[in-house]
Amino acid sequence: MGRSATTKDAQDLFHSLRSAYAATPNNLKIIDLYIVFAVVTAVIQVVYMAIVGSFPFNSFLSGVLSCVGTAVLAVSLRIQVNKEIQGNASQSKFSVPLIDQYRASLV
Amino acid sequence: MARNLGFLVVALLVLASSCESAIFSPVSDSHRSAALELFSPIDGSFGNLEETYEALKTFEVLGIEKKPDIRTSACASVADTLQSTSSALKDLFHALRVNGILKCDLKDEAFRGIESRLKDSLNAASSLLDFYYSVGGLMLVKDQTSVVDVHLGDADKVFRSIKALSQSDGRWRLSSNNPESSNDAAGIALETLAGVISLASSEIDHSLIATLKNDIAKLFDGIERYDDGTCYFDEKLVDARGHQGPLSASASVVCGITAFAAVTSESLNLPGEKILGLAKFFLGIGTPGSAKDLGSVPLILSLPATVLSVTKKDQLKVRVSTVLGSSAPPLSVKLMQIFISGSKDASIIDQKLKFDPDNSVHVLEKLPPNVNVGSYIFSFEVVFDDPEHKKNYVTGGRTKVPIHFTGIIKIDSAEIAVLDSDLGNIETQKKLELPGENAVALSANHLQKLRLSFQLITPAGQAFKPHQDFLGLVEKFYYLSGSYEIQLTVGDSVMENSFLQPLGHIELDLPDAPEKAARPPPQPVDPYTRYGPKAEITHIFRAPEKRPPRELSLAFLGLVFLPFLGFLAGLVHLRANLKNWPKSTVPATFACLFHLGIAAVLLLYAFFWFKVHL
Repeated sequence: MGRSATTKDAQDLFHSLRSAYAATPNNLKIIDLYIVFAVVTAVIQVVYMAIVGSFPFNSFLSGVLSCVGTAVLAVSLRIQVNKEIQGNASQSKFSVPLIDQYRASLV
Repeated sequence: MARNLGFLVVALLVLASSCESAIFSPVSDSHRSAALELFSPIDGSFGNLEETYEALKTFEVLGIEKKPDIRTSACASVADTLQSTSSALKDLFHALRVNGILKCDLKDEAFRGIESRLKDSLNAASSLLDFYYSVGGLMLVKDQTSVVDVHLGDADKVFRSIKALSQSDGRWRLSSNNPESSNDAAGIALETLAGVISLASSEIDHSLIATLKNDIAKLFDGIERYDDGTCYFDEKLVDARGHQGPLSASASVVCGITAFAAVTSESLNLPGEKILGLAKFFLGIGTPGSAKDLGSVPLILSLPATVLSVTKKDQLKVRVSTVLGSSAPPLSVKLMQIFISGSKDASIIDQKLKFDPDNSVHVLEKLPPNVNVGSYIFSFEVVFDDPEHKKNYVTGGRTKVPIHFTGIIKIDSAEIAVLDSDLGNIETQKKLELPGENAVALSANHLQKLRLSFQLITPAGQAFKPHQDFLGLVEKFYYLSGSYEIQLTVGDSVMENSFLQPLGHIELDLPDAPEKAARPPPQPVDPYTRYGPKAEITHIFRAPEKRPPRELSLAFLGLVFLPFLGFLAGLVHLRANLKNWPKSTVPATFACLFHLGIAAVLLLYAFFWFKVHL
């Protein structure tokens, strides 16, 4: 009984999140897609390194860090784009809360 | 002069053979054999008459009986020179000298001719050498034949002309033109004047002889001396005949003085110590009779052995003789003092030595009680039995002789022990027998100490400290553990039984070397192999890294492209506007270049990966 309740809650949460996400503007979705792409590429490289060992290590570093770097830059772009559209009062976005607070302090 | 050169040579021989002893030994067989080697004739003759004379005189002085036979050629040469009317004055002189030794057969007319020639040249003489040769020649003629009358009528005149060349400091000049004076010339002049005096037909004025004696005294004032009492006459200038050195100058002066003393009836008062100093200088060389004519014979104290063994009970022997080796008058030798070398202490003994007439040596029968092994200086004094002899012989006071006593040193209570470091508790101790066979096996580690102790006892029973005492262990072990061999060396100059002995083995257990310890020196390499080819070096390459299997890499390569495809698919799904390519020319160009630049960078990456192997 508890299990089904937890599952139901999780599903409900999932659906609510999904519907809320559908409401984000399209350009933000593109940026999100790009971020996901970069992170996935990085993850694939990490998995590969875990399998075959870290030789040559610089290749691993360059691959992972470039992906992570571009992901971070894309996140930063998303925040900025979001601010221009929404202003300070908006709550319906899935940006990282800490980064948001940091940007808020700078403005 | 040739005579001086002869002395020079003989004295050099003596010097060469006995230069390090402070005690001078008389002329011996080694000198004689050296002289025979030096004067060896070439093709039966010596060359010119001067050398012939030198050789013959040397043989005569040293008492060499077996001389090389050069009589026939020498006599022929002598006869030729004396008979020819064109011979120089110098050659006549040398020929007459050789004749004096060899006693060749010469005719009376030859002598007459020579005599007239010599007298003519004497009247015409101007330089000292002319006087010397003429007068010397006349003296030799007088000795060799009685046929001619060689006496000089005007001896006074000749005397004064020679004296005119003298100087106030006692030296002589060679000629009136040459202002330089020398001791050598003084000797020659004295000899010449002595000859004039002996050849004079009437008595020479006494005042002249007195002034000559003053000159000799002044000459002796200019004598040089060394610290040990040796005296010599030195030359300060290089004269026409080349720098002859102190030996020939001293020899020349001594010759002159002896010649002069032989012809005067009065005695010359010469300082005895200076004469002894001169005798020491020549190391016992003089013409036979010269030392006696001077009025006092130097006596030399010599010891056949200066290293004596206390253990074997060697006796100290002293020999007293004249410089040429002949025996001394009856006298006794007393041991006056003993100094320990290196200290100022002296013990006064005053013990008389017993005279052994068979060997003519004085023997010290019993050593004084406090004489042990070591280095001592014994001081001897010569006492004449007959006080009259004191006037004729010179002994030089007390003679100091360094004597070295050796003996067998016994080694007592020898033992070797390994001790614990600070407390000194003995861990292992073994007795050693020195000198004897020993095989000791010890073991120690770096915390312990090794102690070797023994006591050395002299024959008299006293403790003795050896000069050198090495324990033959490697000083720095370079921290190598293992078994080491121990050798003991004990030695000293007074120890007759010095030894080097292996003692045994010791096992050393040393800790590992710290970082900074000296590494053992590299083993000596045979020097010739340094230039040959070196050993072949096989390079061991670094093992290549383990690469993943190819298929796995390719699979993941494909896997990495998938997110990109997913991204593109997502863009299409989100209906992203991908149509914003600029239309007009300039922006289009820039857009093209931008994308090309990005592509080029990516291409460079690919290039690095596939082609360029750094």
